[in-house]
Amino acid sequence: MCILLGRNGAGKTTLFSLVTGLYHARAGSVLVFGHAMKSSPSTALAEMGVVFQQPTLDLDLTAGENLRYHAALHGLPKSLSKERSGEELSRLEVADRIDDPVRALSGGQRRRVEIARALMHRPRLLLLDEPTTGLDVPGRRALERHVRDLCRDGGIAVLWATHFLEEVAPTDNVVVLHEGSVRWGGRADRMAAAVGVADTAEAFASLTRSP
Amino acid sequence: MKMHHACRALTGILRREMRRTLRQRGRLFSAIVRPLVWLAIFAAGFRSVLGLSITPPYQTYVLYEVYVVPGLAAMMLLFHAMASSLAMVYDREMGSMRLLLTAPLPRWYLLAARLLASVIVGLPLVYLFLVIARYWDVRPPALGYVAVFPALLLSGLMLGAFGLLVSSVSTQMENFAGVMNFVIFPMFFASTALYPLWRLAEAGPVLATIAAWNPFSSAVELIRFALYLRFDAASALVVLICLLAFFLAAVVGYDPGRGLWSRRPGS
Repeated sequence: MCILLGRNGAGKTTLFSLVTGLYHARAGSVLVFGHAMKSSPSTALAEMGVVFQQPTLDLDLTAGENLRYHAALHGLPKSLSKERSGEELSRLEVADRIDDPVRALSGGQRRRVEIARALMHRPRLLLLDEPTTGLDVPGRRALERHVRDLCRDGGIAVLWATHFLEEVAPTDNVVVLHEGSVRWGGRADRMAAAVGVADTAEAFASLTRSP
Repeated sequence: MKMHHACRALTGILRREMRRTLRQRGRLFSAIVRPLVWLAIFAAGFRSVLGLSITPPYQTYVLYEVYVVPGLAAMMLLFHAMASSLAMVYDREMGSMRLLLTAPLPRWYLLAARLLASVIVGLPLVYLFLVIARYWDVRPPALGYVAVFPALLLSGLMLGAFGLLVSSVSTQMENFAGVMNFVIFPMFFASTALYPLWRLAEAGPVLATIAAWNPFSSAVELIRFALYLRFDAASALVVLICLLAFFLAAVVGYDPGRGLWSRRPGS
Protein backbone atom coordinates (compact mmCIF):
# COMPACT_ATOMS: atom_id res chain seq x y z
CA MET A 1 0.00 0.00 0.00
CA CYS A 2 1.36 3.34 -1.01
CA ILE A 3 -0.06 6.64 0.19
CA LEU A 4 0.11 9.61 -2.10
CA LEU A 5 0.07 12.48 0.33
CA GLY A 6 -0.46 16.05 -0.72
CA ARG A 7 -2.52 19.09 0.01
CA ASN A 8 -5.38 20.22 -2.21
CA GLY A 9 -4.06 21.18 -5.61
CA ALA A 10 -0.82 19.25 -5.17
CA GLY A 11 -1.42 17.35 -8.40
CA LYS A 12 -2.82 14.10 -7.05
CA THR A 13 -5.86 14.04 -9.31
CA THR A 14 -3.78 15.11 -12.30
CA LEU A 15 -1.44 12.23 -11.61
CA PHE A 16 -4.42 9.88 -11.53
CA SER A 17 -5.68 11.21 -14.84
CA LEU A 18 -2.27 10.61 -16.37
CA VAL A 19 -1.94 7.12 -14.92
CA THR A 20 -5.41 6.13 -16.15
CA GLY A 21 -4.67 7.57 -19.59
CA LEU A 22 -7.46 10.14 -19.52
CA TYR A 23 -4.87 12.41 -20.95
CA HIS A 24 -1.26 12.11 -21.83
CA ALA A 25 1.69 13.62 -20.08
CA ARG A 26 3.14 16.47 -22.08
CA ALA A 27 6.63 15.32 -21.19
CA GLY A 28 7.83 11.92 -20.05
CA SER A 29 5.82 8.74 -20.01
CA VAL A 30 3.69 6.65 -17.70
CA LEU A 31 4.40 2.95 -17.36
CA VAL A 32 1.97 0.60 -15.62
CA PHE A 33 3.36 -2.91 -15.09
CA GLY A 34 5.73 -2.15 -17.93
CA HIS A 35 3.00 -1.05 -20.37
CA ALA A 36 3.22 2.50 -21.64
CA MET A 37 -0.05 4.39 -21.32
CA LYS A 38 0.63 6.13 -24.60
CA SER A 39 1.18 3.10 -26.77
CA SER A 40 -0.78 0.30 -25.10
CA PRO A 41 -3.32 1.85 -22.76
CA SER A 42 -5.75 -1.07 -22.94
CA THR A 43 -3.30 -3.64 -21.59
CA ALA A 44 -2.44 -1.35 -18.71
CA LEU A 45 -6.06 -0.40 -18.00
CA ALA A 46 -7.08 -4.04 -17.81
CA GLU A 47 -4.74 -4.45 -14.81
CA MET A 48 -5.99 -1.38 -12.98
CA GLY A 49 -9.02 -0.68 -10.86
CA VAL A 50 -9.81 2.97 -10.37
CA VAL A 51 -11.94 4.88 -7.92
CA PHE A 52 -12.06 8.51 -8.91
CA GLN A 53 -12.43 11.34 -6.49
CA GLN A 54 -15.85 12.29 -7.80
CA PRO A 55 -18.46 9.57 -7.56
CA THR A 56 -18.96 7.86 -10.91
CA LEU A 57 -21.87 5.54 -10.14
CA ASP A 58 -25.08 5.73 -12.12
CA LEU A 59 -27.58 6.91 -9.54
CA ASP A 60 -30.59 5.53 -11.42
CA LEU A 61 -29.11 2.06 -11.72
CA THR A 62 -28.86 -0.45 -8.90
CA ALA A 63 -25.55 -1.33 -7.26
CA GLY A 64 -25.53 -4.67 -9.07
CA GLU A 65 -26.28 -3.08 -12.45
CA ASN A 66 -23.44 -0.63 -11.96
CA LEU A 67 -21.07 -3.48 -11.26
CA ARG A 68 -22.24 -5.52 -14.22
CA TYR A 69 -21.92 -2.53 -16.56
CA HIS A 70 -18.30 -2.17 -15.49
CA ALA A 71 -17.75 -5.90 -15.92
CA ALA A 72 -19.11 -5.70 -19.47
CA LEU A 73 -16.71 -2.87 -20.27
CA HIS A 74 -13.92 -5.15 -19.14
CA GLY A 75 -15.21 -8.01 -21.24
CA LEU A 76 -16.32 -10.34 -18.45
CA PRO A 77 -18.92 -12.92 -19.46
CA LYS A 78 -22.37 -12.53 -17.91
CA SER A 79 -22.26 -15.49 -15.53
CA LEU A 80 -18.90 -14.49 -14.13
CA SER A 81 -19.98 -10.90 -13.75
CA LYS A 82 -23.05 -11.94 -11.81
CA GLU A 83 -21.03 -14.19 -9.53
CA ARG A 84 -18.35 -11.60 -8.90
CA SER A 85 -20.73 -8.72 -8.23
CA GLY A 86 -22.13 -10.72 -5.32
CA GLU A 87 -18.66 -11.67 -4.11
CA GLU A 88 -17.15 -8.22 -4.27
CA LEU A 89 -20.14 -6.54 -2.66
CA SER A 90 -20.10 -8.98 0.23
CA ARG A 91 -16.37 -8.54 0.63
CA LEU A 92 -17.06 -4.85 1.21
CA GLU A 93 -20.15 -5.64 3.29
CA VAL A 94 -22.72 -4.03 1.02
CA ALA A 95 -24.14 -7.22 -0.51
CA ASP A 96 -27.58 -6.53 0.98
CA ARG A 97 -27.91 -3.41 -1.18
CA ILE A 98 -27.23 -5.15 -4.51
CA ASP A 99 -30.72 -4.53 -5.88
CA ASP A 100 -31.17 -1.03 -4.50
CA PRO A 101 -30.73 2.00 -6.72
CA VAL A 102 -27.50 3.77 -5.88
CA ARG A 103 -29.51 6.91 -5.16
CA ALA A 104 -30.85 5.22 -2.03
CA LEU A 105 -27.39 4.38 -0.67
CA SER A 106 -25.44 6.40 1.89
CA GLY A 107 -22.14 8.08 1.01
CA GLY A 108 -20.09 5.38 2.67
CA GLN A 109 -22.01 2.60 0.97
CA ARG A 110 -21.61 4.29 -2.42
CA ARG A 111 -17.86 4.46 -1.92
CA ARG A 112 -17.73 0.80 -1.04
CA VAL A 113 -19.82 -0.08 -4.10
CA GLU A 114 -17.32 1.90 -6.19
CA ILE A 115 -14.41 -0.02 -4.73
CA ALA A 116 -16.26 -3.30 -5.29
CA ARG A 117 -16.80 -2.22 -8.88
CA ALA A 118 -13.13 -1.40 -9.36
CA LEU A 119 -12.29 -4.93 -8.19
CA MET A 120 -14.69 -6.70 -10.56
CA HIS A 121 -12.04 -7.47 -13.15
CA ARG A 122 -9.50 -8.53 -10.47
CA PRO A 123 -6.90 -5.84 -11.08
CA ARG A 124 -3.40 -6.04 -9.65
CA LEU A 125 -3.39 -2.36 -8.86
CA LEU A 126 -6.12 -0.35 -7.19
CA LEU A 127 -6.06 3.42 -7.50
CA LEU A 128 -8.07 5.42 -5.00
CA ASP A 129 -8.29 9.18 -5.32
CA GLU A 130 -9.29 10.67 -1.97
CA PRO A 131 -11.80 7.90 -1.39
CA THR A 132 -12.85 9.20 2.03
CA THR A 133 -14.08 12.57 0.73
CA GLY A 134 -17.46 13.34 2.20
CA LEU A 135 -17.44 10.50 4.73
CA ASP A 136 -17.75 10.90 8.48
CA VAL A 137 -15.03 9.63 10.81
CA PRO A 138 -16.42 6.12 11.43
CA GLY A 139 -17.12 5.80 7.68
CA ARG A 140 -13.56 6.81 6.92
CA ARG A 141 -12.14 4.32 9.38
CA ALA A 142 -14.30 1.52 8.00
CA LEU A 143 -13.28 2.25 4.43
CA GLU A 144 -9.63 2.37 5.37
CA ARG A 145 -9.94 -0.94 7.19
CA HIS A 146 -11.61 -2.51 4.13
CA VAL A 147 -8.86 -1.37 1.82
CA ARG A 148 -6.09 -2.47 4.17
CA ASP A 149 -7.74 -5.90 4.38
CA LEU A 150 -7.85 -6.06 0.61
CA CYS A 151 -4.22 -5.20 0.39
CA ARG A 152 -3.24 -7.84 2.91
CA ASP A 153 -5.56 -10.68 1.84
CA GLY A 154 -6.07 -9.96 -1.81
CA GLY A 155 -2.47 -9.25 -2.67
CA ILE A 156 -3.45 -6.07 -4.48
CA ALA A 157 -1.21 -3.05 -4.71
CA VAL A 158 -3.02 0.09 -3.63
CA LEU A 159 -2.22 3.69 -4.40
CA TRP A 160 -4.26 5.82 -2.02
CA ALA A 161 -4.30 9.56 -2.54
CA THR A 162 -5.23 11.71 0.43
CA HIS A 163 -4.56 14.90 2.29
CA PHE A 164 -5.42 13.39 5.68
CA LEU A 165 -2.40 12.40 7.73
CA GLU A 166 -4.65 10.26 9.93
CA GLU A 167 -5.01 7.84 7.03
CA VAL A 168 -1.31 7.08 7.01
CA ALA A 169 -0.09 4.09 9.03
CA PRO A 170 3.52 4.17 10.30
CA THR A 171 4.60 1.31 8.04
CA ASP A 172 2.99 2.70 4.87
CA ASN A 173 5.04 3.85 1.97
CA VAL A 174 4.43 7.52 1.49
CA VAL A 175 5.03 9.82 -1.43
CA VAL A 176 4.65 13.47 -0.59
CA LEU A 177 3.47 15.50 -3.56
CA HIS A 178 3.49 19.25 -3.64
CA GLU A 179 2.89 21.65 -6.52
CA GLY A 180 3.23 18.86 -9.01
CA SER A 181 6.54 17.45 -7.82
CA VAL A 182 7.59 14.71 -5.42
CA ARG A 183 9.00 16.20 -2.20
CA TRP A 184 9.76 13.04 -0.32
CA GLY A 185 9.26 9.28 -0.58
CA GLY A 186 9.73 6.50 1.95
CA ARG A 187 8.27 4.79 4.99
CA ALA A 188 5.93 7.05 6.93
CA ASP A 189 7.64 6.56 10.29
CA ARG A 190 10.94 7.70 8.84
CA MET A 191 9.61 10.94 7.43
CA ALA A 192 10.08 13.02 10.60
CA ALA A 193 13.68 11.92 11.05
CA ALA A 194 14.49 12.51 7.39
CA VAL A 195 13.20 16.05 7.53
CA GLY A 196 14.73 16.63 10.95
CA VAL A 197 11.62 17.49 12.94
CA ALA A 198 9.77 15.98 15.87
CA ASP A 199 6.75 14.31 14.27
CA THR A 200 5.15 13.33 10.95
CA ALA A 201 2.62 16.15 10.96
CA GLU A 202 5.36 18.71 11.25
CA ALA A 203 7.39 16.93 8.59
CA PHE A 204 4.44 17.01 6.19
CA ALA A 205 3.83 20.68 6.95
CA SER A 206 7.44 21.57 6.29
CA LEU A 207 7.62 19.49 3.08
CA THR A 208 4.54 21.15 1.63
CA ARG A 209 5.40 24.68 2.60
CA SER A 210 5.47 26.89 -0.43
CA PRO A 211 8.76 28.67 -0.84
CA MET B 1 -9.11 -5.51 -29.17
CA LYS B 2 -10.72 -8.91 -28.82
CA MET B 3 -13.99 -9.56 -30.58
CA HIS B 4 -15.92 -11.04 -27.66
CA HIS B 5 -14.67 -8.32 -25.33
CA ALA B 6 -15.84 -5.65 -27.78
CA CYS B 7 -19.27 -7.30 -28.11
CA ARG B 8 -19.75 -7.61 -24.37
CA ALA B 9 -18.81 -3.99 -23.87
CA LEU B 10 -21.25 -2.90 -26.57
CA THR B 11 -24.04 -4.95 -25.01
CA GLY B 12 -23.21 -3.52 -21.61
CA ILE B 13 -23.28 0.05 -22.89
CA LEU B 14 -26.54 -0.60 -24.72
CA ARG B 15 -28.15 -2.13 -21.65
CA ARG B 16 -27.08 0.77 -19.46
CA GLU B 17 -28.42 3.27 -21.98
CA MET B 18 -31.77 1.46 -22.15
CA ARG B 19 -32.17 1.27 -18.40
CA ARG B 20 -31.32 4.91 -17.97
CA THR B 21 -33.74 5.96 -20.68
CA LEU B 22 -36.56 3.81 -19.37
CA ARG B 23 -36.10 5.21 -15.89
CA GLN B 24 -36.29 8.80 -17.09
CA ARG B 25 -40.03 8.79 -17.68
CA GLY B 26 -40.31 12.56 -17.90
CA ARG B 27 -37.81 12.77 -20.71
CA LEU B 28 -39.51 9.94 -22.61
CA PHE B 29 -42.88 11.58 -22.22
CA SER B 30 -41.76 14.99 -23.42
CA ALA B 31 -39.87 13.40 -26.31
CA ILE B 32 -43.10 11.93 -27.68
CA VAL B 33 -45.32 14.89 -26.82
CA ARG B 34 -43.04 17.45 -28.51
CA PRO B 35 -43.58 16.33 -32.13
CA LEU B 36 -47.26 15.68 -31.46
CA VAL B 37 -47.74 19.25 -30.33
CA TRP B 38 -46.12 20.40 -33.55
CA LEU B 39 -48.26 18.08 -35.59
CA ALA B 40 -51.56 18.71 -33.84
CA ILE B 41 -51.31 22.45 -33.30
CA PHE B 42 -48.61 24.00 -35.44
CA ALA B 43 -49.37 21.98 -38.56
CA ALA B 44 -53.12 22.53 -38.24
CA GLY B 45 -52.67 26.21 -38.98
CA PHE B 46 -50.67 25.52 -42.11
CA ARG B 47 -52.86 22.78 -43.49
CA SER B 48 -53.08 24.00 -47.05
CA VAL B 49 -49.93 26.07 -47.13
CA LEU B 50 -48.34 23.90 -49.79
CA GLY B 51 -51.25 24.52 -52.15
CA LEU B 52 -51.46 22.41 -55.24
CA SER B 53 -47.76 22.12 -55.94
CA ILE B 54 -46.17 18.72 -55.97
CA THR B 55 -42.93 18.18 -54.06
CA PRO B 56 -41.04 14.92 -54.56
CA PRO B 57 -41.28 12.20 -53.34
CA TYR B 58 -45.01 12.87 -53.07
CA GLN B 59 -46.85 12.06 -56.28
CA THR B 60 -49.77 14.30 -55.61
CA TYR B 61 -50.31 17.48 -53.64
CA VAL B 62 -50.26 16.77 -49.93
CA LEU B 63 -51.55 18.37 -46.77
CA TYR B 64 -49.01 20.06 -44.56
CA GLU B 65 -49.33 17.36 -41.89
CA VAL B 66 -48.08 14.80 -44.36
CA TYR B 67 -45.19 17.01 -45.38
CA VAL B 68 -44.05 17.85 -41.89
CA VAL B 69 -44.02 14.35 -40.34
CA PRO B 70 -40.59 13.28 -41.65
CA GLY B 71 -39.18 16.61 -40.50
CA LEU B 72 -40.64 16.06 -37.07
CA ALA B 73 -39.20 12.55 -36.97
CA ALA B 74 -35.80 14.06 -37.73
CA MET B 75 -36.44 16.68 -35.06
CA MET B 76 -36.96 13.88 -32.56
CA LEU B 77 -33.59 12.44 -33.55
CA LEU B 78 -31.99 15.87 -33.25
CA PHE B 79 -33.39 16.50 -29.77
CA HIS B 80 -32.49 13.00 -28.73
CA ALA B 81 -28.93 13.48 -29.97
CA MET B 82 -28.61 16.76 -28.14
CA ALA B 83 -30.15 15.38 -24.95
CA SER B 84 -27.74 12.49 -25.14
CA SER B 85 -24.72 14.73 -25.66
CA LEU B 86 -25.99 16.85 -22.80
CA ALA B 87 -25.97 13.65 -20.79
CA MET B 88 -22.39 13.12 -21.90
CA VAL B 89 -21.31 16.53 -20.69
CA TYR B 90 -23.17 15.76 -17.49
CA ASP B 91 -21.50 12.36 -17.38
CA ARG B 92 -18.18 14.01 -17.69
CA GLU B 93 -18.88 16.49 -14.95
CA MET B 94 -20.18 13.63 -12.85
CA GLY B 95 -17.37 11.35 -13.86
CA SER B 96 -19.10 8.41 -15.53
CA MET B 97 -17.49 9.39 -18.82
CA ARG B 98 -14.17 8.67 -17.11
CA LEU B 99 -15.38 5.25 -16.24
CA LEU B 100 -16.23 4.60 -19.87
CA LEU B 101 -12.95 6.00 -21.14
CA THR B 102 -10.83 4.00 -18.71
CA ALA B 103 -12.25 0.73 -20.02
CA PRO B 104 -9.51 -1.35 -21.66
CA LEU B 105 -10.71 -0.76 -25.21
CA PRO B 106 -9.70 1.75 -27.88
CA ARG B 107 -11.27 5.09 -27.22
CA TRP B 108 -12.80 5.44 -30.69
CA TYR B 109 -14.58 2.14 -30.17
CA LEU B 110 -15.99 3.22 -26.81
CA LEU B 111 -17.26 6.47 -28.30
CA ALA B 112 -18.77 4.65 -31.28
CA ALA B 113 -20.47 2.14 -29.01
CA ARG B 114 -21.88 4.94 -26.88
CA LEU B 115 -23.13 6.70 -30.02
CA LEU B 116 -24.76 3.59 -31.47
CA ALA B 117 -26.38 2.70 -28.15
CA SER B 118 -27.85 6.14 -27.72
CA VAL B 119 -29.31 6.18 -31.25
CA ILE B 120 -30.82 2.70 -30.96
CA VAL B 121 -32.49 3.64 -27.72
CA GLY B 122 -34.09 6.65 -29.39
CA LEU B 123 -35.56 4.87 -32.42
CA PRO B 124 -38.61 3.15 -30.83
CA LEU B 125 -39.99 6.56 -29.89
CA VAL B 126 -39.75 7.78 -33.47
CA TYR B 127 -41.70 4.71 -34.58
CA LEU B 128 -44.30 5.38 -31.92
CA PHE B 129 -44.66 8.90 -33.30
CA LEU B 130 -44.99 7.63 -36.88
CA VAL B 131 -47.74 5.27 -35.77
CA ILE B 132 -49.62 7.97 -33.86
CA ALA B 133 -49.30 10.25 -36.88
CA ARG B 134 -51.59 7.88 -38.78
CA TYR B 135 -54.38 9.43 -36.77
CA TRP B 136 -53.71 12.68 -38.69
CA ASP B 137 -54.01 10.74 -41.94
CA VAL B 138 -50.28 10.55 -42.46
CA ARG B 139 -50.27 7.07 -43.92
CA PRO B 140 -47.19 6.11 -45.87
CA PRO B 141 -47.09 2.62 -47.44
CA ALA B 142 -46.62 -0.21 -44.94
CA LEU B 143 -43.22 -1.10 -46.39
CA GLY B 144 -42.18 2.50 -45.85
CA TYR B 145 -41.97 1.82 -42.13
CA VAL B 146 -39.35 -0.82 -42.88
CA ALA B 147 -37.49 1.23 -45.47
CA VAL B 148 -37.30 4.19 -43.14
CA PHE B 149 -35.35 2.22 -40.52
CA PRO B 150 -31.90 2.52 -42.12
CA ALA B 151 -32.65 6.16 -42.92
CA LEU B 152 -33.53 6.88 -39.30
CA LEU B 153 -30.51 4.97 -38.06
CA LEU B 154 -28.09 6.75 -40.38
CA SER B 155 -29.60 10.17 -39.66
CA GLY B 156 -29.63 9.45 -35.94
CA LEU B 157 -25.97 8.44 -36.04
CA MET B 158 -25.06 11.58 -37.97
CA LEU B 159 -26.88 13.85 -35.51
CA GLY B 160 -25.56 11.81 -32.59
CA ALA B 161 -22.00 12.17 -33.88
CA PHE B 162 -22.64 15.88 -34.11
CA GLY B 163 -23.80 15.85 -30.49
CA LEU B 164 -20.71 13.89 -29.54
CA LEU B 165 -18.59 16.55 -31.18
CA VAL B 166 -20.48 19.28 -29.33
CA SER B 167 -19.96 17.41 -26.06
CA SER B 168 -16.24 17.12 -26.71
CA VAL B 169 -15.81 20.87 -27.05
CA SER B 170 -18.41 22.02 -24.57
CA THR B 171 -16.84 22.33 -21.15
CA GLN B 172 -19.85 22.98 -19.01
CA MET B 173 -23.51 22.27 -19.00
CA GLU B 174 -24.26 25.98 -18.92
CA ASN B 175 -22.97 26.19 -22.48
CA PHE B 176 -25.83 24.03 -23.52
CA ALA B 177 -28.36 26.84 -23.49
CA GLY B 178 -26.10 28.41 -26.09
CA VAL B 179 -26.03 25.18 -28.05
CA MET B 180 -29.83 25.21 -28.10
CA ASN B 181 -29.96 28.76 -29.43
CA PHE B 182 -27.10 28.62 -31.86
CA VAL B 183 -27.20 25.01 -33.02
CA ILE B 184 -30.51 23.24 -32.58
CA PHE B 185 -32.90 26.02 -33.57
CA PRO B 186 -31.01 27.25 -36.65
CA MET B 187 -30.39 23.68 -37.74
CA PHE B 188 -34.08 22.85 -37.44
CA PHE B 189 -35.62 26.04 -38.83
CA ALA B 190 -33.17 26.57 -41.68
CA SER B 191 -33.90 23.18 -43.16
CA THR B 192 -36.47 21.44 -45.28
CA ALA B 193 -38.12 20.00 -42.15
CA LEU B 194 -40.89 22.59 -42.03
CA TYR B 195 -40.99 23.99 -45.58
CA PRO B 196 -39.93 22.63 -48.93
CA LEU B 197 -36.96 24.23 -50.60
CA TRP B 198 -39.06 26.11 -53.17
CA ARG B 199 -40.99 27.80 -50.35
CA LEU B 200 -37.75 28.89 -48.72
CA ALA B 201 -36.46 30.12 -52.08
CA GLU B 202 -39.52 32.35 -52.37
CA ALA B 203 -38.64 33.86 -48.99
CA GLY B 204 -35.03 34.43 -49.92
CA PRO B 205 -32.28 32.76 -51.91
CA VAL B 206 -29.83 32.95 -48.99
CA LEU B 207 -32.12 30.98 -46.72
CA ALA B 208 -32.70 28.43 -49.45
CA THR B 209 -28.96 28.01 -49.97
CA ILE B 210 -28.38 27.55 -46.25
CA ALA B 211 -31.18 24.99 -46.09
CA ALA B 212 -29.83 23.15 -49.11
CA TRP B 213 -26.38 22.86 -47.50
CA ASN B 214 -27.69 22.10 -44.03
CA PRO B 215 -26.91 18.43 -43.26
CA PHE B 216 -30.10 18.31 -41.24
CA SER B 217 -32.04 18.89 -44.50
CA SER B 218 -30.33 15.85 -45.97
CA ALA B 219 -31.36 13.79 -42.96
CA VAL B 220 -34.95 15.00 -43.34
CA GLU B 221 -35.05 14.26 -47.08
CA LEU B 222 -33.45 10.85 -46.61
CA ILE B 223 -36.17 9.96 -44.12
CA ARG B 224 -38.93 11.51 -46.24
CA PHE B 225 -37.93 9.61 -49.39
CA ALA B 226 -37.42 6.34 -47.53
CA LEU B 227 -40.82 6.58 -45.92
CA TYR B 228 -42.30 6.68 -49.43
CA LEU B 229 -40.09 3.86 -50.64
CA ARG B 230 -37.61 5.95 -52.55
CA PHE B 231 -33.90 6.25 -52.05
CA ASP B 232 -32.42 9.72 -52.06
CA ALA B 233 -28.81 8.91 -52.92
CA ALA B 234 -27.49 12.47 -52.73
CA SER B 235 -28.90 12.98 -49.24
CA ALA B 236 -27.64 9.58 -48.10
CA LEU B 237 -24.16 10.50 -49.26
CA VAL B 238 -24.22 13.86 -47.47
CA VAL B 239 -25.46 12.24 -44.26
CA LEU B 240 -22.79 9.54 -44.46
CA ILE B 241 -19.97 11.99 -45.10
CA CYS B 242 -21.15 14.25 -42.28
CA LEU B 243 -21.40 11.26 -39.96
CA LEU B 244 -17.79 10.30 -40.64
CA ALA B 245 -16.54 13.87 -40.40
CA PHE B 246 -18.35 14.62 -37.13
CA PHE B 247 -17.30 11.34 -35.61
CA LEU B 248 -13.65 11.73 -36.55
CA ALA B 249 -13.64 15.26 -35.18
CA ALA B 250 -15.24 14.01 -31.96
CA VAL B 251 -12.60 11.28 -31.62
CA VAL B 252 -9.91 13.93 -31.98
CA GLY B 253 -11.77 16.02 -29.41
CA TYR B 254 -11.63 13.15 -26.94
CA ASP B 255 -8.06 12.14 -27.76
CA PRO B 256 -5.93 11.99 -24.60
CA GLY B 257 -2.97 13.66 -26.22
CA ARG B 258 -4.40 16.11 -28.70
CA GLY B 259 -7.95 17.16 -28.06
CA LEU B 260 -9.44 19.98 -26.05
CA TRP B 261 -10.14 17.33 -23.45
CA SER B 262 -6.45 17.23 -22.52
CA ARG B 263 -6.23 20.97 -21.98
CA ARG B 264 -9.18 21.15 -19.71
CA PRO B 265 -8.48 21.65 -16.04
CA GLY B 266 -10.29 19.32 -13.68
CA SER B 267 -11.44 16.81 -16.24
